[in-house]
Amino acid sequence: MDSSDRSTLEVSNLRVVRNGNEILKSISFRATPGELIGLLGPSGSGKSTLMRSLLGVQAITGGSARILESSAGSPSLRGRLGYMAQSSAVYLDLTVEENIRYFAGVLVQPLTEVARVVEVVALTSFSHRLVSSLSGGERARVSLGVALLGSPPVLILDEPTVGLDPILRRDLWRTFADLAKTGATVIVSSHVMDEAARCARLLLLRDGTLLFDGTPASLLAASNATGYDEAFERLIEGD
Amino acid sequence: MNLRRTLLTSKRIFEQLLHDPRTLALLLLVPTALVGLLAWSLVNRPGAFDSVGPKLLGVFPLIVMFLVTSVITLRERTVGTLERLFTLPLTKADFVAGYAIAFGALALVQSVLVSVLSYTWYGLAHQGVPWRISLVALCAGLLGTAFGIALSAVAHTEFQAVQFMPAFILPQLLLCGLVIPVSQLPSVLRGVADVLPMTAAVHAITPLQSDLYYLGQFAIMLAYIFAALVVGASTLRRVTK
Repeated sequence: MDSSDRSTLEVSNLRVVRNGNEILKSISFRATPGELIGLLGPSGSGKSTLMRSLLGVQAITGGSARILESSAGSPSLRGRLGYMAQSSAVYLDLTVEENIRYFAGVLVQPLTEVARVVEVVALTSFSHRLVSSLSGGERARVSLGVALLGSPPVLILDEPTVGLDPILRRDLWRTFADLAKTGATVIVSSHVMDEAARCARLLLLRDGTLLFDGTPASLLAASNATGYDEAFERLIEGD
Repeated sequence: MNLRRTLLTSKRIFEQLLHDPRTLALLLLVPTALVGLLAWSLVNRPGAFDSVGPKLLGVFPLIVMFLVTSVITLRERTVGTLERLFTLPLTKADFVAGYAIAFGALALVQSVLVSVLSYTWYGLAHQGVPWRISLVALCAGLLGTAFGIALSAVAHTEFQAVQFMPAFILPQLLLCGLVIPVSQLPSVLRGVADVLPMTAAVHAITPLQSDLYYLGQFAIMLAYIFAALVVGASTLRRVTK
């Protein structure tokens, strides 16, 4: 089956205006199952707004965003998209397990799913610790664990590796790659250009415009650059 | 509304409170201690505690639950858990009802504790019926919870949320009949006082009235609870504009 036949995401001419500011200007792209997509761009380029539009928690001004054959924000999508926001979005005054158990309950997932997810994010030995007593990286993993509940076919992860040490970042990217291998569409945002190397496909966003959509290798080739920071700079300057 | 998801939400709120025993203790013990202090301070004025004490049982749960809920709901908004829940199959009604059940139950425990101590240790000789006092305390707790959720939408920081307490609660406290009997207020204020939820709570505790009178006061409180819960749910924004 041609993979383009069954795209999980179809964004066309997506426009978002908030408080009179045009945050996203006509964004178009599509994605298929098994893709690991890096959404890169400087802070304020519109990455979070794009992700929140896909989730349906940000109102769309123009164009369309379709996910799993429904329009973004439709009630049928609730619980079928794994989401990890920039804020940890978990309860600090609950333990790791209580957090994941609550969200699993809302998703009508069995207790075995709670144990599975805690293990995937390597928090089994922390499961009875209060989230408020965990480090930033550990909290991020709790949040990721909630996003993974029920193995959703689409995962939208907003800067999941920000502020984490290199080892943890590498481990998380391995987790994302594994999830893509199982057939999920995984979109990961970052403002660290070097993380580009870890994705199969890159979307570069600047000032609400998609500057580039392609593989990391083709980005380097197209901009004749040796590193991703340089490639991005050249792209912005229009060389 | 989904009962399972509502009760899961209540359970989660209880778990949060159990991890914060100091807050839980303050919630349950502060009103009890304050009523005790009042009883002690009036010990040389026979009958005074019997008339003022029970009224406070309708006032404390409202204040305490209002403060706690407005801060805890605001926290759900700022930490991002509310946004996450809205990407999941949880409705606004599930969320608001989950809070109402959790804090309603807490208000009930609080009121039973205060009533039992009042009738025994504090020596209350009130002609009212204890179960009606508990029911008023439950309604007052629900009123505080519902208004706390609704007003947390207007507050952007926890500082603002806490400031809503004097802005919203104190006028009611001045007019509810605790300071001056409602019947002695200027006519305009009396008209306002008669339809305020805290006045209804105080009236519902007043002894020796007709059943119809009590029914009317409970109806006022229930109408406010329902309206505030609906307003509270409608201020929860699933989608950012």
